Amino acid sequence: MRTSLKEDRIPRIAVMTIASLGVAIMLFILYSLVRDSIPILAHVTLSDLLFGTHWYPTYDPPEFGMLPLIAGSVSVTLLASLISLPISLALAVFLSEVCPAILREILKPVIEILGFFPSVVLGFIGMVVIAPWMVMNFNIMTGLNLLNASVLMGVMIIPIVTSLAEDSLNSVPKDIRDASFALGATRLETITRSVIPAALPGLMTASLLGVMRAIGETMVVLMAAGGAAMIPRSIMDPVRPLTSAIAAEMGETPFRSDHYFALFFAGLLLLLMTLALNMTALWIESRAKRLRS
Amino acid sequence: MSGARKSKDRTATIMLWLVMALTCGMLALILAFLVSKGWSVLSWEFLTKKPRSMMTAGGISTPIVGTLQLVLVSMGFAFPVGVFTAVYLVEYARDDWFTRALRLAVRSLAGVPSVVFGLFGLSFFVIFMGFDPSLLSAGLTLGCLALPVIVGASESALLAVPRDYRDASYALGATQWQTIRKVVLPAAFPSIITGAILSVGRVAGETAPIIFTGAAFFAPRFAKSIFDQVMALPYHVLILATAGTNIEKTRPIQYGTVLVLLFFVLGMTMTGVLWRARLRIRQRAQR
Amino acid sequence: MEKDKFSVRDLDLYYGSNHALKKINLQIPERAVTALIGPSGCGKSSFLRCLNRMNDFIPGCSVSGKVELDGSDIYDANTDLINLRRRVGMVFQRPNPFPMSIFDNVAYGPRLHGDRDRNTLRDIVEESLRVSALWGEVRDILHTPALALSGGQQQRLCIARAVAVQPEVLLMDEPTSALDPMATARIEELVRELRTRYTVVIVTHNMQQAARISDTTDFFLSGEMVESGPTQQMFTSPRDKRTEDYITGRFG
Ligand SMILES: Nc1ncnc2c1ncn2[C@@H]1O[C@H](COP(=O)(O)OP(=O)(O)O)[C@@H](O)[C@H]1O
Ligand SMILES: [Mg+2]
Repeated sequence: MRTSLKEDRIPRIAVMTIASLGVAIMLFILYSLVRDSIPILAHVTLSDLLFGTHWYPTYDPPEFGMLPLIAGSVSVTLLASLISLPISLALAVFLSEVCPAILREILKPVIEILGFFPSVVLGFIGMVVIAPWMVMNFNIMTGLNLLNASVLMGVMIIPIVTSLAEDSLNSVPKDIRDASFALGATRLETITRSVIPAALPGLMTASLLGVMRAIGETMVVLMAAGGAAMIPRSIMDPVRPLTSAIAAEMGETPFRSDHYFALFFAGLLLLLMTLALNMTALWIESRAKRLRS
Repeated sequence: MSGARKSKDRTATIMLWLVMALTCGMLALILAFLVSKGWSVLSWEFLTKKPRSMMTAGGISTPIVGTLQLVLVSMGFAFPVGVFTAVYLVEYARDDWFTRALRLAVRSLAGVPSVVFGLFGLSFFVIFMGFDPSLLSAGLTLGCLALPVIVGASESALLAVPRDYRDASYALGATQWQTIRKVVLPAAFPSIITGAILSVGRVAGETAPIIFTGAAFFAPRFAKSIFDQVMALPYHVLILATAGTNIEKTRPIQYGTVLVLLFFVLGMTMTGVLWRARLRIRQRAQR
Repeated sequence: MEKDKFSVRDLDLYYGSNHALKKINLQIPERAVTALIGPSGCGKSSFLRCLNRMNDFIPGCSVSGKVELDGSDIYDANTDLINLRRRVGMVFQRPNPFPMSIFDNVAYGPRLHGDRDRNTLRDIVEESLRVSALWGEVRDILHTPALALSGGQQQRLCIARAVAVQPEVLLMDEPTSALDPMATARIEELVRELRTRYTVVIVTHNMQQAARISDTTDFFLSGEMVESGPTQQMFTSPRDKRTEDYITGRFG
């Protein structure tokens, strides 16, 4: 129980009011996205919207099938996770279990700083370095495709996942390691059989949050994924994820047209996907906390 | 211990070192490439002159100033709101529905994709509030994005203020608000500032939230009012590289702009991270 | 040593379901030093914190019974907590100066309570630092950070800070436990002097210290107040067997 002094009621209410802006913003985000995406459902059925395979928003009549965009988002995210999660987890294990302390003092801040690397610069690298290199080596027309964007996306989420995963490995109590070593385990055995299982919820959370960032990332895919709204058949196909469709098309769309509403619907899908991942991560965290106590 | 187990352990260790070395190598390569390409472009002229000839020549002073203005507006909103949100969470919050809603909201905001912030900014600031695409709309949109970063940093800063300080203040007959204002906030302030610096790094590098809320393809002069549109470094990179009048011809400008953006963003975050590390060492020494 | 400053009646304190203080009844004489002794965990700090209601901040802590300060119950619903804490100052176990200058530390309380005038503040700061026997050491460095002082100086600064709001009572919770013997001796000396102006209640686990500086001693054991009386008598002829065990066990 905190004492409520009379003098304190006014500042408390003032601070609470300011703090409630955070809730208001989140609610407004949800509200604006829902409100501005509902009108499209008057013209296109939900299943056509989600499973239609033609995204021709500027044709006459337009078609708003988002499956290619969803496939684009999912494929880039999957491939990026496939590339970056193993590397991130290995880096995290290296940092927390193997790395000499001095090196770690340098690497940890470096990794944290890289988490702020502007994604537009990564997209730029995709255009000026990776794409020409792919054209030279793989006999394709342009190098802007699923693979290019996924590699960069992977690079983007490595620092984020590594940082979070390292934190969770680091918070595994030292006596767990001691107990394992005392039983004659090697370092590898200690890591794989006692440290990683103990840190598992944290590692899963880190991975989920990395995936969340990948789905929502815009600039990398806008610049390096090629932008073709089609379901990819190979990793060398260009794709147009939801985020890049919104970023590329919203600027040229008449306000409150069907296209505008459809793009808001795409935004709503993105928001729901990231919220679901975020909440799953939160759930894992709180469950792990409950189990520990 | 059997030899097989030992050698497995050795192999794994070597592999981990290798992953680390390769990652660092890649990173160094990328940075070296960007610096080598952009370095020759950087000059006093480049930093202080406006773009000319349909942005195929001249400097990038307008996007630089625009980015600084966006940072100012976004921090003007996000800094006070974020700090007070953290004050609420650390000092006042009870275990009630409002606190849970607030924590959930901040956590969710941290995960909202940046392009969705853009849509929200378009729908709310640009259209509903009638701010039009402008420095104000784009700055506030970026502010919403920076909010969870500032809340998180301020929260840990406030939590690190020793319980002792608060007790001493209450024992002298201070109210909770006096204690927060005169003891807790001043003690936490340096760490809060480092959090703000980090969020400046995030804000300055973001592109997607400003594309339809106020970033200008081209602006002949600096924004004089918060209702003007502004150029911004990351958006400048995007349009020169994808929609410029002459993409190949402006490559050097693109590399130069990328390098300036990188210097600014990484410089900011490095300052924040290193300063924070120093504060932590000092705090530990004081215990 | 005529009048009682505090009169505590049937005081119970719970931390959740942990019954930390059981039916405490005791008087604390005015302008004298009262020592609270007992093994660690017996509730000395908890009791001390009842006297200026610092326990109000601890979640799950509930208090019942009466604590009368000059005859009026401080647990009364309309007690002005600010005024109470102004009258009943506190010095903590670990020196806890604010991260500000020495001057600002001492001026913190007076400023809270509305003193803004520079000259008045300077006078209060000097007077308080004199009372806490620190003035000579810090008069030339008043505007340097308080955290640069030594541990013993910091603790005397905390006493000055408490004195600056002109309290009637000073509560001290093991104020010397974090200090070296030299610094401890200076604080003890100071406590003896403070007695002429203030009612001092001091928690200590060091019985020699209690014997040296206090007029009255109260012995606590697992949440109960076992024995209370003049210090002289307590250490020479304790009435209760448990007090004797504790005292001889420690001394022997
Ligand atoms: N903040 C608290 N929350 C819960 N229990 C507490 C708290 N402070 C003290 N206690 C419990 O109350 C009892 C008395 O503690 P305390 O008053 O600190 O004793 P002492 O100061 O004599 O060592 C102990 O059992 C302790 O565990
Ligand atoms: Mg104690």
